[in-house]
Amino acid sequence: MFRNQYDTDVTTWSPAGRLFQVEYAMEAVKQGSAAIGLRSKTHVVLACVNKANSELSSHQKKIFKVDDHIGVAIAGLTADGRVLSRYMRSECINHSFTYESPLPVGRLVVQLADKAQVCTQRSWKRPFGVGLLVGGLDESGAHLYYNCPSGNYFEYQAFAIGSRSQAAKTYLERRFENFVDSSREDLIRDALIATRETLQGEKLRSSICTVAVLGVGEPFQILDQETVQQLIDKFELVGEEETPAAEPDAAAADEGGAAEQGGGTEPGPAAEPAPMDI
Amino acid sequence: MDSNQAKQHNLLGSEAASERTLYPYVTGSSVVAIKYKDGILMAADMGGSYGSTLRYKSVERVKPIGKHSILGASGEISDFQEILRSLDELILYDNMWDDGNSLGPKEVHSYLTRMMYNRRNKFNPLWNSLILGGVKNGQKYLGMVSMIGVNFEDNHVATGFGNHLARPILRDEWHENLSFEDGVKLLEKCMRVLLYRDRSAVNKLQIAKITEEGVTISQPYALKTFWGFAAFENPTVGAEGSW
Repeated sequence: MFRNQYDTDVTTWSPAGRLFQVEYAMEAVKQGSAAIGLRSKTHVVLACVNKANSELSSHQKKIFKVDDHIGVAIAGLTADGRVLSRYMRSECINHSFTYESPLPVGRLVVQLADKAQVCTQRSWKRPFGVGLLVGGLDESGAHLYYNCPSGNYFEYQAFAIGSRSQAAKTYLERRFENFVDSSREDLIRDALIATRETLQGEKLRSSICTVAVLGVGEPFQILDQETVQQLIDKFELVGEEETPAAEPDAAAADEGGAAEQGGGTEPGPAAEPAPMDI
Repeated sequence: MDSNQAKQHNLLGSEAASERTLYPYVTGSSVVAIKYKDGILMAADMGGSYGSTLRYKSVERVKPIGKHSILGASGEISDFQEILRSLDELILYDNMWDDGNSLGPKEVHSYLTRMMYNRRNKFNPLWNSLILGGVKNGQKYLGMVSMIGVNFEDNHVATGFGNHLARPILRDEWHENLSFEDGVKLLEKCMRVLLYRDRSAVNKLQIAKITEEGVTISQPYALKTFWGFAAFENPTVGAEGSW
């Protein structure tokens, strides 16, 4: 009701105690194309949907390597995302130079959050219009964080942001308890399925999505298109029904995880018939 | 007095006289350190010399840094105290993160290298040779930084005279997985040689030990020395014209 009077300035509170400009910035994140992150004890996978403006143009880069042990996927104003990625890279490299050891991802996200908070408390600034899924390694293992334009940050087992991310979140909510012990392959598979969920029936192919992995002993790398397409084919994800969670060695399963092999780890959800069809 | 006159004659009014370290004043002698089975052992005597006078005899030249490291220094004592203050601040901020991560010996060593090298580049060095040792997550680390920023890691390190007198002994007798007792014996052997041969050594030393469990710095004690050599009896015999 009173939004219009109190939403001009980020430094104006509403009577209900809200900062509308910050909330509008979070809306901008919801408008961006989806980005998904999941982690196990040892690996983090980031995936995002890349929609190009037209067939003539290339798509925007939404996943950035910040350091060998940290990567970020963004949703929202990609220009703001680029600036923040540059800041993160700078912090990481400065830390590496001074201390000859990688910046713990937990400290980087706090610095990032503090930087975002500044923009919510200066009348001559505006909040960053980008949400960041930061995946990285720490002394205590793999972590996934979500940084908000509000300056808040949260740690997640799995999360999705951007448009139609709710579909992916619903999928992830059902499965996240298993992610801690997932293998690298299973994690990537779940990321691809979650990505497919956000496409609303559109065919999942490597030209419209990007996948990146990092883990203990594996520096951050964005998987190239060919590899992603091979993985999509292997897991038979193209418009396929949801497959059971238990997938044995990726090497052993040449036909992909479609076959119901013995030893399904999940009790209830494994038997579910159809995937999300929102 | 001299510097005042210099200031008066200075036509560029706002320029201060250049102040930078030219010589050390109160100095510590060698520090010797080795890796052993459970961690690091570091020994230093407690002398602070004022030129050729052995003026201060209770200077602690080995200090714990954070949870995982110990730092030993030779050279200018006041610069060592300055370094300790800097590191104290560093560890404080590290602890304030309160997030389960902590600066290990490798990180502290790298930080010290940056500090020493940057001061050297400004022609205002911290006049020290530093030895940084520690254990973190089972990994032993032992490194050295000089006053010009030269740094390296090794299984045994020493500063000053220790490089010339102690390292040769260590090169011969150090081996992987020394027990604590053997490590102490080896260090005492080195310190004894330094006591005999380095004029700025005093016979009061501390040995510091750092393992995964933590730091212990021994109480000061003295080494037994032997002077009963035949050559020292009747020293003036045969020395014609000596006074």
